[in-house]
This record gives sequence, C-alpha cells and structure tokens, in this order.
Amino acid sequence: MTTMTAPTINPKLIIPFVNSVRDVFTTMVNVQTTVERPHFKTMSTPCYDVSGIIGFSGDIVGSVVVSFQRQAAIKLVAAFAGMEMQPDDPDFADAIGELANMIAGRAKKDLGGNATITVPSVIIGNAYTIARLSDVPCLVIPVITAVGGFAVEVNIKQLKVA
Amino acid sequence: MKILLVDDSKTMRSIQKKILAMMDPGVTFAEAGDGIEALAALAAAPEPFDVALVDWNMPNMDGLTLVTRIRSTNKKLPLIMVTTEAEKTRVVDAIKAGVNNYVIKPFTPDALTDKLKTTLARLAAAAAAPQAVAA
Repeated sequence: MTTMTAPTINPKLIIPFVNSVRDVFTTMVNVQTTVERPHFKTMSTPCYDVSGIIGFSGDIVGSVVVSFQRQAAIKLVAAFAGMEMQPDDPDFADAIGELANMIAGRAKKDLGGNATITVPSVIIGNAYTIARLSDVPCLVIPVITAVGGFAVEVNIKQLKVA
Repeated sequence: MKILLVDDSKTMRSIQKKILAMMDPGVTFAEAGDGIEALAALAAAPEPFDVALVDWNMPNMDGLTLVTRIRSTNKKLPLIMVTTEAEKTRVVDAIKAGVNNYVIKPFTPDALTDKLKTTLARLAAAAAAPQAVAA
C-alpha cells in the first residue's frame, strides 16, 4: 500500500508572482490588488474566460497562465490601455498578452536561474485544456481587484536555481 | 524629436507614445512590431531617428538581435531597451550588445522619461567633448 502526500505550497514560488502582480497593476494599470490564499488545482481548464499564457524554458520550464474574469478583463484592459475595448477587438488580446508578459517576466527575475519566456498567447473562452507539466502541481494564486478577479496559474519546475 | 518604438505589443507602444508625447508635444513616432520591421523602418527613414526604444522578447527577431544588427553598422543611434528582462545577466548582455540604457517593465512614466532624457543628455555631452570622454 502506498500513501499519497499532498503537495505543499512553496513560498519561494508564490512570492515572486505576488510581488509581480502588485508591481504591474500598481505601476501600469493603477489598480490595487489583493491576493487571496493560493491553492492547487487539478482541472486542466483555465480558471476564467480570458487567459494570457506564457511559456518558460531554460532553468525554469512550464507555463504561467493569467486568467481573468471576462468583465474584470474588460475593465482592467481599459485602465491599462487607456481605452475601452471588447474581447473581439484584436487590441484587447494584445493588452492581455502584455499584462501576462509583464507578470511572468517580472517574476522570472526573482525566481532566479537562467530562463527565457515566450511571447504571450491569448485565448478568449474557457472551452480548452492546457497541457501542463504532470510532475508538478498547478498553483493558483487568486487576485481580487475592485473591478473583478483574476488568477495566476503557475505550473513551472525549477531545474536549476542560481 | 523622432523616436522609433519597437515592441510587439501595440498596447505598450501606445502607452509609450502617450508618455513621451506628454514629455515633448512635438515628438514624432515610427513603430515596429519586431526586429525585422525595425530594421526596415531604419532603412526607410529619410532622416535618422533621435532614439529607439527596443523591447527584448519579440517574434521573428528579438530585441537583442536587433541591437546587435543595428550596432554592426550604426554606432550613433541611441538605443534604450524597454523590457521585462530584469536579470543582471540580461542587462549586461544588452549593454555588451550596444544599448545605451535600460528600462525595466513595469515602469512609471517618470522612469521612462527620466531614462530617455539622461541618456540623450549623456550622449550629447559625450559628443560635444570627445577628447574628454576618450581620456
């Protein structure tokens, strides 16, 4: 008989993303964020309807998905880009991608090691699954703002830490 | 002032334009979404740009490659990297490739304009007193 141990949340993985979210949204969106208790997820679908996806390679492998509630995404993009846009506008995806890029890129520095990130992909809708690393859990960092919520889904593995 | 903005995000280019236009209402812009478009914009420009702001992570040709390509033929164009790549090794790589300054995303409007002003002032001072710089 084998015993399964529940994964434990590594603060060294959470803190870079918490700091990153705060910096990006305070500096460039002018929106205050509150981080709720992180948890693991087993579903391979994204948390919400509008998602920016960044891949990691090098000393860090895996992906980070920044997944927004639809109405939150619309309002946050308006605050970031300075104009109202709907999700079917190509510039809306561009803005979501840049937010995901800054969140992942800012966190990458604090994670350490020599890693590169991909240019972002953006998906509107949630009827898809994300192929995640199977040997590490997906950590969800929920974030609340005055205009709605989003989540940072962290599924990365550090192969080497500087 | 004539500025070349190189970033694959149109949103980011728009934000930079708003900030820089507030700094200098007479500024004009050309835009490129990757390094290849930037090289084409540089080649097609009737007059030299005063400065180029260059993102790092872009499709087709990244910012570091672009900087290396520019510096192989143009030592004078002021280049500022504007990127999320914040590790010291990345900054060193960019400086070795030939950037004159470095702005890390996310940035405040003041951080962007201060870096731009100090970079251009430093390069202008160096151009005005080449012997002193060489010494």
